[in-house]
Amino acid sequence: MKPARFDYLRAGTLAEAHATLASEGEDARVLAGGQSLVPMLSMRMARPKVLIDIMHLPQLAKIESDGNTIHIGAGVRQAKLLAWPEIHERQPLLAAALPWVGHAQTRSRGTVCGSVAHADPSAEIPLALLALKGAIHLSSRQRQRRVPAADFFTGMMSTARNDDELIEAVEVPCHTPGHGYAFHEFGRRHGDFAIVACAAVAHADGVRLAIGGVADCPAVRDYPDLTDTALDDALEGFSWELDARDDLHATESFRRNLVRQLGRAAIEEARRCRA
Amino acid sequence: MPRLSADARHRIRFKLNGRTVEADAEPRMLLTDFLRHNLAMTGTHVGCEHGVCGACTVEIDGVPARACLTLAVQADGSDIRTIEGLAPAPGRLSILQEAFRRHHALQCGFCTAGILLSLECYLRDNPSPNEAALRDYLGGHLCRCTGYVPIIAAALDAAARLREVHKLA
Repeated sequence: MKPARFDYLRAGTLAEAHATLASEGEDARVLAGGQSLVPMLSMRMARPKVLIDIMHLPQLAKIESDGNTIHIGAGVRQAKLLAWPEIHERQPLLAAALPWVGHAQTRSRGTVCGSVAHADPSAEIPLALLALKGAIHLSSRQRQRRVPAADFFTGMMSTARNDDELIEAVEVPCHTPGHGYAFHEFGRRHGDFAIVACAAVAHADGVRLAIGGVADCPAVRDYPDLTDTALDDALEGFSWELDARDDLHATESFRRNLVRQLGRAAIEEARRCRA
Repeated sequence: MPRLSADARHRIRFKLNGRTVEADAEPRMLLTDFLRHNLAMTGTHVGCEHGVCGACTVEIDGVPARACLTLAVQADGSDIRTIEGLAPAPGRLSILQEAFRRHHALQCGFCTAGILLSLECYLRDNPSPNEAALRDYLGGHLCRCTGYVPIIAAALDAAARLREVHKLA
């Protein structure tokens, strides 16, 4: 399990990173914390010709909030966001989801944006971003663009990022008064990949539920304020729409059952928090 | 730093247990292999090589990190601590190491170096840990011998003794 050969570029400026992405295209990969990319290199599931290390660009290592959104730069490690004193107040769902991301020993190095770029189907940060209607800020030598999370995750470890683009930041809306949030997850052991993860946002008109770990990428539904059997029916429908499959870790029917149970628990908790 | 070519070996320099070390490595070399093969520091163990088992955990710039998920070139310029840096003097154990011995918190010892480095970081930031938080934290390490109970006991004991030492200091 050793990576294949690649060049290494420690980017000194963002322009240098953009120029390399522009000239090398899909043969270049951006290296941030490396907690997802390095295993991919070691297992040779990724074989880039050049890695562009962006962790020495101080302008990317910032968490900023104007009160409406939180801007999380590509160099921000997961542990840094979790330790940010304002996280619980600014966005309770992120604060609830982050402890489920890997282990303390990987959150110390792994970045928020790196998890978004990797787009593992069971990853918590993409799920939270989708539930919260967050957005991804991409930039290339040519242009900058902002892609809503709902349009960014396009499949199993695939995203709307073009080969010449890098994720400069992700943007998450701040806590809105009157909204309630909840995050629930089931895995074999704490820190394992989620078999099913649920993020719920309750607001005045209903509830938004995002599910990860089942389909190829996180999925989301908006419901009015359903209760009792109407909620059961909605969750039953959602669980079948996700196209659950059997694998080593769980059967498809177990996954559907988790969607129904955890989905309901997350919705109910989010509603309680809304009050 | 210029672009480092895949086919060449490049000088890597960092601080290891308080002293500057250097050796050459290809960009693709993992920090685990760099420590063990190029620097002959074999205390850091290699288990799963994809970040799951925790055996290779070292301290990089003050935080625990998987050496197998770090490239040697990424570590250039950093400050690293490994198991070889824990004991205060030859023949003497650190408070945490001593607690591991007292509580039989290791049997084969393969996972121990990683767990000790991880706990060193944790106890520095959390001098009064509770058992639930320690269990959660140690979820980032696999040990197939002990069943974890003696490891938790050792960590709690070490934390209490470290608090005493700091009170006296």
